[in-house]
Amino acid sequence: MQGARFPFRIMENTSKPKGSGTNTARRQFLADTARMACGVGLLGVGLGLYARHATALPPAAIRPPGALPETGFSGACIRCGMCVRDCPYDILHLAKPEEPMSTGTPYFVARQAPCEMCEDIPCVKACPTGALDHSLTDINKSKMGLAVLVDHETCLNFLGLRCDICYRVCPVIDKAITLDPQTNARTGRHTLFIPVVHSDACTGCGKCEKACPTEIAAIKVFPLYMAKGQLSAHYRLGWVEKEKAGGSLVAPEVEHQYNMPEGMQYEHGKGLSVMPPGTDPQGAVPPAPTFKALQGGKL
Amino acid sequence: MSAVPHKPGAEAIAEKGWLAAHKWLILRRTSQVGILLAFLAGPWIGLWIVKGNLNYSLTLGVLPLTDPYLLLQALVSGNTPEKLGLIGVGIVILFYLLVGGRGYCSWVCPVNLVTDAANWLRARLGLKGGAHLSRSTRYWILGMTLVVSALTGTIAWEMLNPVSIMHRGLIFGLGFAWLVILAVFLFDLFVMRHGWCGHFCPVGAFYSLIGRFSLLRIQLPARTACNDCMDCFAVCPEQQVIRPALKAINGAAPLILDANCTNCGRCIDVCSKDVFSFGIRYAAPDPDQPIVPGVAQAAPK
Repeated sequence: MQGARFPFRIMENTSKPKGSGTNTARRQFLADTARMACGVGLLGVGLGLYARHATALPPAAIRPPGALPETGFSGACIRCGMCVRDCPYDILHLAKPEEPMSTGTPYFVARQAPCEMCEDIPCVKACPTGALDHSLTDINKSKMGLAVLVDHETCLNFLGLRCDICYRVCPVIDKAITLDPQTNARTGRHTLFIPVVHSDACTGCGKCEKACPTEIAAIKVFPLYMAKGQLSAHYRLGWVEKEKAGGSLVAPEVEHQYNMPEGMQYEHGKGLSVMPPGTDPQGAVPPAPTFKALQGGKL
Repeated sequence: MSAVPHKPGAEAIAEKGWLAAHKWLILRRTSQVGILLAFLAGPWIGLWIVKGNLNYSLTLGVLPLTDPYLLLQALVSGNTPEKLGLIGVGIVILFYLLVGGRGYCSWVCPVNLVTDAANWLRARLGLKGGAHLSRSTRYWILGMTLVVSALTGTIAWEMLNPVSIMHRGLIFGLGFAWLVILAVFLFDLFVMRHGWCGHFCPVGAFYSLIGRFSLLRIQLPARTACNDCMDCFAVCPEQQVIRPALKAINGAAPLILDANCTNCGRCIDVCSKDVFSFGIRYAAPDPDQPIVPGVAQAAPK
């Protein structure tokens, strides 16, 4: 009788099915299975939706170099933090549970500490999965994000100063950010040096955002999916196509004809001017249609 | 039914002395805390014995270890790891094939410290009852997380996993991770005895699958000496695993073969009759010839 004092109760066997054995047992089994499947299924739906939501990266969080696009990243990253450990500048963090991104995944905030663009890319080497792409061997080819000059109202260069700091600190100087001279319409006599970011060269390291001297950075790095636009597939840039083809694609290329009042001429860069007297209005200007001619047409 | 509350292990302490009756418990806590400290030595005092966390770690710059369940989720979500990640998972699987899959739960996992504390307090406060749920729930959750990982292309369980949230939190910065830890503690304390580790955790469930074939097992070389004091049952976190081997159900060998035995060794500690010991799967002792000297013979049936 010693065994009987041993009160093991295994869940499935607690209630011995009454009545005709197997049928009731089968029914019980199906009911238990259905209950479990539905309960866990509900949990699964919640988990799945949460997991989907968490793949949206907040704008201030930039992934380390070589990171897969966000949709692939949260399936590849095993949240071990090896990249965090091997970053010599300690810029990387792992997302905490309360932060609005996949818990435990690595990121940095450019305004706090930007990527220093190590040539040997130790963070990528440390990654035991493909979350940080090991085929990235040249840090200048990394695409952590894209700098965007978001605020034209507070950018000092837009205001007419020669701040130029973002341009100067850029590790890919003169490729990722150039200064584009434009007329300062306000003064009428000065030049604005407008910082222009070029997405083909920008690595998204965030040094420009870190260095921007305004209270809140006028230039910011965003994840690529936020910062980069894309032309529709059918768009063609005429000047590019022309260069590719080695000549105009619209044949024949006609010389432009100006419709000018009589006795006037147009010079590129100068505008309209009165023709010097006695000049033969040659090469130009067929007479403008008369009022009557216009009336005759259907307008 | 005795009215006097019985403290499991009291007989063993009287019989063997306090230290011998806590040997495996002390070793186990040493292992759990030691592993945690090894991880913390880097960020705390700059001594980098091991980098990373329980998901993946690199010890002394040479030994990679990868969590196999995590890697499986990454695989079904369509990602293949790098070389070190794969070597790491191979080492881990081999190791737990030797020492018992759920040895991870009782000797490594930091959440076990939390749930054991909850269980201890539950006993001290005399809390009884609570929610009931099949222990197979964890396998359903395990399957569900793999399906969700495949469908969403994410490592789904990492969104919730208290094991990695706690371990990573301790090493890389806690944030609100303490909330998750507290929730598990309170759940085990008030809602369900051995709730998290014994019913829900798919990490442990996955390790138990490895443990089905593992070598190191609890043996019962002196099961005939059992005096039915119930102490092993009281301390065991997976009580269902003991009975078949102890009571020779369907002629079972004196060997705990259930995959969910965590090899914690607490049954060895609390048994005053030295019924249990660690042993090897394929070297089951003769059940009716107690091999441990000094053990009182059971009355012949």
